[in-house]
Amino acid sequence: MTTQEHNPVINQGSTVDTPDGLLPVGHTLPEGEALLSVRNLKKVYYTDGGDIEAVRNLTFDLPKGELTCLVGPSGSGKTTLLKAISGLLEPTAGEVKLAGKLVTDPPKSMAVVFQEYGRSLYPWMRVRENVELPLKVQRMDKARRDQLVDEALEAVGLDHVPRSYPWQLSGGMQQRVAIARAVAYQPEVLLMDEPFAAVDAQTRADLEDLVRSVWQKLGVTVLFVTHDIDESVYLGERVIILSSSPTVIQQDIKIDLPTERDQLTTRSSQRFSELRHHVYEQIQLAKEGFRPDAAKAQA
Amino acid sequence: MTQRDPSHGPARQDTEAVERERQSRDLHRLETGSGEDFPAGYRTASLDESTRPDPGAPAVSTAQRGVTGRKTSTGQARAVRQRRRTWANRFLGLLGILLFLGVWELLPLLGIVDGRFMPPASTAIMDLVEKFGDQIFWVAVWDTMRAWFIGMVISVVSAAVLGFIVGSSSFLRKFTNSTVEFLRPVPSVALIPLAVLIFGVGIESALLLIVYASFWQVFIQVLYGVADVDSVAMDSAKSYGLGPLNRIRYVIFPTALPYLMTGIRLAAAVALILAITAQLIIGTPGLGAEIARAQSGGAYVSMYSLVLATGLLGVVINMVMRAIERRILSWHTSVRSEVN
Repeated sequence: MTTQEHNPVINQGSTVDTPDGLLPVGHTLPEGEALLSVRNLKKVYYTDGGDIEAVRNLTFDLPKGELTCLVGPSGSGKTTLLKAISGLLEPTAGEVKLAGKLVTDPPKSMAVVFQEYGRSLYPWMRVRENVELPLKVQRMDKARRDQLVDEALEAVGLDHVPRSYPWQLSGGMQQRVAIARAVAYQPEVLLMDEPFAAVDAQTRADLEDLVRSVWQKLGVTVLFVTHDIDESVYLGERVIILSSSPTVIQQDIKIDLPTERDQLTTRSSQRFSELRHHVYEQIQLAKEGFRPDAAKAQA
Repeated sequence: MTQRDPSHGPARQDTEAVERERQSRDLHRLETGSGEDFPAGYRTASLDESTRPDPGAPAVSTAQRGVTGRKTSTGQARAVRQRRRTWANRFLGLLGILLFLGVWELLPLLGIVDGRFMPPASTAIMDLVEKFGDQIFWVAVWDTMRAWFIGMVISVVSAAVLGFIVGSSSFLRKFTNSTVEFLRPVPSVALIPLAVLIFGVGIESALLLIVYASFWQVFIQVLYGVADVDSVAMDSAKSYGLGPLNRIRYVIFPTALPYLMTGIRLAAAVALILAITAQLIIGTPGLGAEIARAQSGGAYVSMYSLVLATGLLGVVINMVMRAIERRILSWHTSVRSEVN
């Protein structure tokens, strides 16, 4: 281990006896303290070609107001996990609790930003209507609705294009519309599923800073799924590294970078590269097929 | 900290890598597929692929395609190119019509066909212009358009409602699929004897034929439209708290709308054909009945001018339908480029 003296790992050695065997789990909190709590989550897809175990066992807690990144090699069931957390997919076993309440349907206080902004925004509605729709179906009164939409569009820097259609905007702007829709919805938990995978590198840097600023301004709890190691370290207060599929938690690390971050100084800091190095190593292990459960069993 | 099994040779690692690759692909397919509501293979599960409007077209949502994929050029250059192309097309189209009328004009004049049974184009057109001042002609047009309109309203409303209901339920889709595929190809004209038996020679007979023929056009399109709803669009709606009714209103209906409009445009043409057919054969009042009367009365010029009138009617209906479509679907890929 290269960074022994600043070891960021917060779940080191904490193997837990789960229904799926002795496994490392993410950082957990005492009962009642976590806002979002995931316990022994498992998802198996039953198909004609045989069963595919996407997620074997995931256990972790998110405290209120934390920005956590989930990073894992491609095909590690990140999207499955996010769909299960957001109530769009029923887990095979285990449970997800939001503020102590079991999640079975998409909860009111959760918003999701998807990777495919072009499919998640409705091309038949203008930018403003897209952002307004979730509030409209809640029967919120018009004045309050207008205020929230205006604030959200301003927060993402799009107050100048409310009458445009999403498809008239660039990819980065479209994703900002999707973020504005989530912001206007006033969620307690914001889930983001590789939201910047389809935008160019410069736009991406801007959007990363936007997520940080939205998170700081609103005090919302964010779970940000990505396959980009740099992005996870730059954005997160904490990074959960997933193993390859069938997914378990490989490591849960704390990102002890200063709260105020910017693309230049943060990314060139010593600590950033140490953390990045650490996450990179872990992802490489995961890609090679290293399994924390097998390793623990052998030890 | 890697505790690798020493028996892992390079060859073994290779097969493992391949296997992981395959698993990750499978998983990706499952994840990006439509989740629990729409199992894999759903698109082709019940709708016969060959009956898609364009079987060769890529199986992606028409509503979304342009947003994510295909490149479209923008700006002045395109506008100029577009205008130039439009004028070239118009000129070519006009040339085609003139050539057709010229051949028609010459055939009887040169004695290639008997002028009594096929008067020159100019004579038929003059007769049609004269008819524009004739009340009997306008009554016939009114009768035809009334049958067309009532038939369209019945078939479009019933097909749209049934299409949405059947399309939303995978059970109903499978349950009705074989019946639909059996009834759909039955030519409406084969029902003429039945229509006469039940309704006599009134407008109801014509309506039966019109509704039967145009119903399927709309119904099938709506089925495809409802099946085309994008899984991410649907997931977004669910996660933002849109209930089933709101999802139909704000997501499924707009997705199916381009299909519905196509269905209505196809149905409009078919309905006119069947309206004229019913009038010709059964004798319900209208342009078709006038054509039959002109033919049996030996008024051949009048017969030709009436045929021209039905053609013009078809053109007008199509133009109106396209204009409506363009207005309603201004956000849609197929229309966007023309609007900007």
